[in-house]
Amino acid sequence: MGFPHRSHPRETPLLSKHFGDVDARTLTGWRQRGGYRALEQALAMEPVAITNIVKESGLRGRGGAGFPTGLKWSFMKPGDGKPHYLACNADESEPGTFKDREIMRWTPHALVEGCAIGAHAIGAETAYIYIRGEFTEPLLRMNEAVREAYADGILGKNAMGTGKRIDVHVHKGAGAYICGEETAMMNSLEGRRGNPRIKPPFPAVAGLFGQPTTINNVETLAAVPHILTNGPEWYKGMSLASPKSSGTKLFSVCGNIQRPGNYEVVMGFPFGEFLRDLCGGPLPGRRFKAIIPGGASVPIQTPEEADGTMMDYEGFIAGGSMLGSGGVIVIDDAQCMVKQIARLARFFAHESCAQCTQCREGTAWTTKILERIEAGQGTMEDLDTLLEIADNMTGKTICVLSDSCATPVVSGIKKFREEFEAHITGKRCPMRAVAA
Amino acid sequence: MSASGTSGTHMSSPASHAGGHGQGANEAPVFEGARRQELDTLLTRYPTKMAALLPALWIVQAERGWVSERSMTEVAALLGLTPAYVKGVVTFYTMYHQHPVGKYFVQVCTTSPCGVCGAEDVVKAFLRHTGTGDLGTTSADGRFTVIEVECLGACGFATPIMINDEFIESVSAETVPEIIARLP
Repeated sequence: MGFPHRSHPRETPLLSKHFGDVDARTLTGWRQRGGYRALEQALAMEPVAITNIVKESGLRGRGGAGFPTGLKWSFMKPGDGKPHYLACNADESEPGTFKDREIMRWTPHALVEGCAIGAHAIGAETAYIYIRGEFTEPLLRMNEAVREAYADGILGKNAMGTGKRIDVHVHKGAGAYICGEETAMMNSLEGRRGNPRIKPPFPAVAGLFGQPTTINNVETLAAVPHILTNGPEWYKGMSLASPKSSGTKLFSVCGNIQRPGNYEVVMGFPFGEFLRDLCGGPLPGRRFKAIIPGGASVPIQTPEEADGTMMDYEGFIAGGSMLGSGGVIVIDDAQCMVKQIARLARFFAHESCAQCTQCREGTAWTTKILERIEAGQGTMEDLDTLLEIADNMTGKTICVLSDSCATPVVSGIKKFREEFEAHITGKRCPMRAVAA
Repeated sequence: MSASGTSGTHMSSPASHAGGHGQGANEAPVFEGARRQELDTLLTRYPTKMAALLPALWIVQAERGWVSERSMTEVAALLGLTPAYVKGVVTFYTMYHQHPVGKYFVQVCTTSPCGVCGAEDVVKAFLRHTGTGDLGTTSADGRFTVIEVECLGACGFATPIMINDEFIESVSAETVPEIIARLP
C-alpha cells in the first residue's frame, strides 16, 4: 500500500498489506494474519525442494543486483559438513530507498519467517540480520520479534518442534553506506572495518567467517513465505511486461512529488502512470526535470524516458537506467541539476571506504570539480575531465561504489549538458539567478 | 568514514575536549556486572570473539555517551584484539563518538532526496535555534551538537532527523523550534 498514504486500487499489496497496522507487529497478530504457516510447511520439506520452488517463482534479489534468488541458494550445498550462514542485508542506505525500513517496522515477523525459511533451504543453522545503526525503530521491532519467536519455540535448537536448529540474531551496524555491499557487510559482521572483499572467492564458497554464506535483501526474504504458501506459478504469473521479472516490487518514492511513500506494484507496471496516478504527479505549478528510478547509483532518466518505461529489471534497462533498489528520486524544475549531481558525488565521496585509489581519489576529485562548476567557477575542460575521471572509476575497483559515483555524473552531463554549460558561461548558477 | 569526511561527524568543539590529553584515563571499566553479562550473551551468538566488537562498542557508547581510548583498550583486552585494531574499527564507522558530544546529538539528513525538499534550511534552523553556530561543535551549555548526516533511509519522510536514538520524520525549518522546545 502507498504507506504513509492509503492504498491505491492499482497497487498489489503483498509485503505492504499490513503497513500501518500495529497489531501485525506482534506474534499473536502475525499468526492471526497467517504468519508462520509457510515456515511450518518449509521445515517439513527437503531444503532442495524449497530452493526449487523459489527458482521456479522467478524471484530475483530486491537489494539492487537482481540476481535470481533460487539460483543463489542452489550454490549452497546442505550437508557438506561445514557451518553455513544466512546474512540478511538490512543495511538499507541507498539514497531514495526506504522500503526495508517499513517491512521491519510494521511486519518484523515476516522477515523472521523469511530468514528461517531461507536458513533451512541453504542448510544454515544461523542467520544474522544486519541492520544499519540509524534504524533505531526497525532495530527495536526486529529485536522484539526475534525475542517473541524464541520464547514461542519458533526459533532455537528445536525450531517449531522439528528438532532442527535455527538461530536468528539481529546485528546493529554503526554508520557506513558501504556495509550494504555484501562482502563489506560480512567484514563488518566479523568485527572488521567495512571494506569490500575481492571476489572470488564468492560468499557461497567462503563468506562469513570463511564459511559458505548466502546474503539476501530484506524484501527478497519477506517475499519467500508468500511464494511457499501460494506456489511458484502464482508468483511467476505476476508479471506485466518481461517474463524475466516476476512478483510484486516495493518502490520507495521521494523528492519533488505530490505523494511520496512506498508503493507495491506488479513487475512491469507502466512508470509514467505510476508517477502520475499513484504518486500524484509533480507539485503544483512544477514539472518533473529528472527521475532517478533505482536509488542514487543508477543512471538518471529524463521524464520522457521515464514515461515510456516498464517497471521491471528489463524495462528500466531499456529505459536507459536500472531497477536497482527501487528507490525513485524525483527532481523538479525548481532544482539545479549541477547542484544535485554534485551533492550525490559528495555522498559517494563521504562513503568511499578509500581502499581503491580510483574510488578514493575519483569521488573526491569529482565532487570538487562539480562544486566548482556549481559555484560558477568551472571551465568547459572540466566537463571533459569529469568524464575522463568517470571512465577511470568504472569497472576498475573492488566494489561498485566507484561506478555508482560515476553513473549520475555521466548520465547527468549527457542529459543535462546545457545546465552545466550555462553555469560555466554565465559564471553563476542560472537557477540562483532566477531566484534572486 | 572516509578520509574526505565532509560532514564533520567527528569534529567537536574545544569545550568538549575539556578532558584534554589522555581523556578518559581515569574511567572505571564499562564491562562489569550487567554489562559484562550482556557481552557474555553476545559472545554466544558468534563463532569468533572479534564478531562481538561492534556490539561491544555499542554497549560502551550507550553507557558512556562516547567511546574513549580507555574503553577501546578495555574492549580490546576482552575480545583478544589490540587497542590499535579496535581504534581502526571505531574510526571507520560514523556513529561511534570519539569525543563527548552534546546531551542532544542532532543529525540532519541532507543527502539529495532531502536536499531537494529543504534539508539545508532545517540544518540552518537547528544551528540557529540550538546556539551551536557551526556543524559538529557543541553549544556552550553542553546541550547540543548538530551535524549533517548522509541518507538516513527515510527519504519519503523528508526531512528525517535523529536526536540521539529518537528518529523524527518530516521535519521542516518551521517545526524546528517546537522540536527543540519539547526536549527536557
